[in-house]
Amino acid sequence: MSALTQLIRREITGAWQGGGGPLMACGFLACAAVLPPLASDAGPGALVEAALPITWLALALASLLSLERLFERDLDDGSLDLLSLGPAPLEAVVLIKALAHFLANGAPLALAAPVCAVSLGAPAGAAPMILLAALIAGLGFTLTGTLGAALALGARRGGLLIAVTVLPLLIPPLIFGAAATAQAAGGGDFGPALILLIAYTLFALALTPLAGAAAVRAAQG
Amino acid sequence: MHVIAAVEMSRLGIARGDRSLFQDLDARLEAGQAVALTGANGAGKTSLLRALAGFIRPAEGTVRFTDAAGAEIEAETARRRIHLLGHLDGLRPGARVRDELAFHAAWLGGGAAEAAVERLSLEPLLELEVRKLSAGQRRRVALARLVAAPRPLWLLDEPGAPLDARWRGVLAELIAEHTAAGGLALIATHEPAHGLARTLELSV
Repeated sequence: MSALTQLIRREITGAWQGGGGPLMACGFLACAAVLPPLASDAGPGALVEAALPITWLALALASLLSLERLFERDLDDGSLDLLSLGPAPLEAVVLIKALAHFLANGAPLALAAPVCAVSLGAPAGAAPMILLAALIAGLGFTLTGTLGAALALGARRGGLLIAVTVLPLLIPPLIFGAAATAQAAGGGDFGPALILLIAYTLFALALTPLAGAAAVRAAQG
Repeated sequence: MHVIAAVEMSRLGIARGDRSLFQDLDARLEAGQAVALTGANGAGKTSLLRALAGFIRPAEGTVRFTDAAGAEIEAETARRRIHLLGHLDGLRPGARVRDELAFHAAWLGGGAAEAAVERLSLEPLLELEVRKLSAGQRRRVALARLVAAPRPLWLLDEPGAPLDARWRGVLAELIAEHTAAGGLALIATHEPAHGLARTLELSV
């Protein structure tokens, strides 16, 4: 058991420190959320309308950051081989890497998302729902992104490949998450959208360890 | 605890892409033996080591691991009894030597990290970042996991390449102690196989 604890610690410190930790992700979120209002000459009313969509778009884009390094770094320095020869199956290693990446990137982004949305003009009352939806969607983003990173392993320009393959897969959680927060902001029923969002994340949770481990094995061969 | 006591390769063939590296390799490695794996560049030494560790699926033939009683050990179980030390040292450039050693010892299942530090004189390097080490120093840190986490089968890929004469001597001692304690070692090397009883030659 202590071996797994050690792996979790190693992955979290790696994700937190390795340049581009939570601060970088939140900084990117802020930049991406500030650009659309500057590019638009519509009045403040339109901005309030767009506050939630802009936040979700920025969240999805920010969640792609540093996915490239998730496996690539370990493949380049040889530690991916070591991780394969340890006591835990590769599936568990992939899951732990994804969760550590979520703790260092997805969770801080989810904390920043309500601040971002409210400062763009979303009602403050919607903040708790934005936080909740961003946490669940963020986990889904990270898991899907982890699978993309494993599949792109060993490819040249892997970062770009990950973005192009993963972004379309983030459309469902983007739709469900945005719908849940919009319903909550408008006083409507956010239940169905939130349940679909949870379903997407659970699906990714089941798929990513298996498919990700298979992709990593293929890259090691 | 199924300790690997023998590795048997029969009619083993490995291909990379469309190109066949070697075919019909029959060899047996037993407890207490250290075998030098030789062959020209590109003959398939690294691929054979990676195939034994389960990273490459052989194109043909089989690899069997057996314990002292002759019972077969499943490949997935055998992997947890193997050290593979390749060209890459498996050390993260940004991490401190102390943290990497502690992780390797815990992850690969050993508690002898202190003995390894002493054996390879790593004490002065412990607080440094891996990126600041020379190639030889990095290799010593990598070798430390062989001592820290005892595993029966060592697959070493030119382990002495970045080491100076003194540390090559220590490496030879480590291998001798490992085999004396009943371990197995297959060592890809270009050097005259001093101290290694047998040679397994891969010819193109």
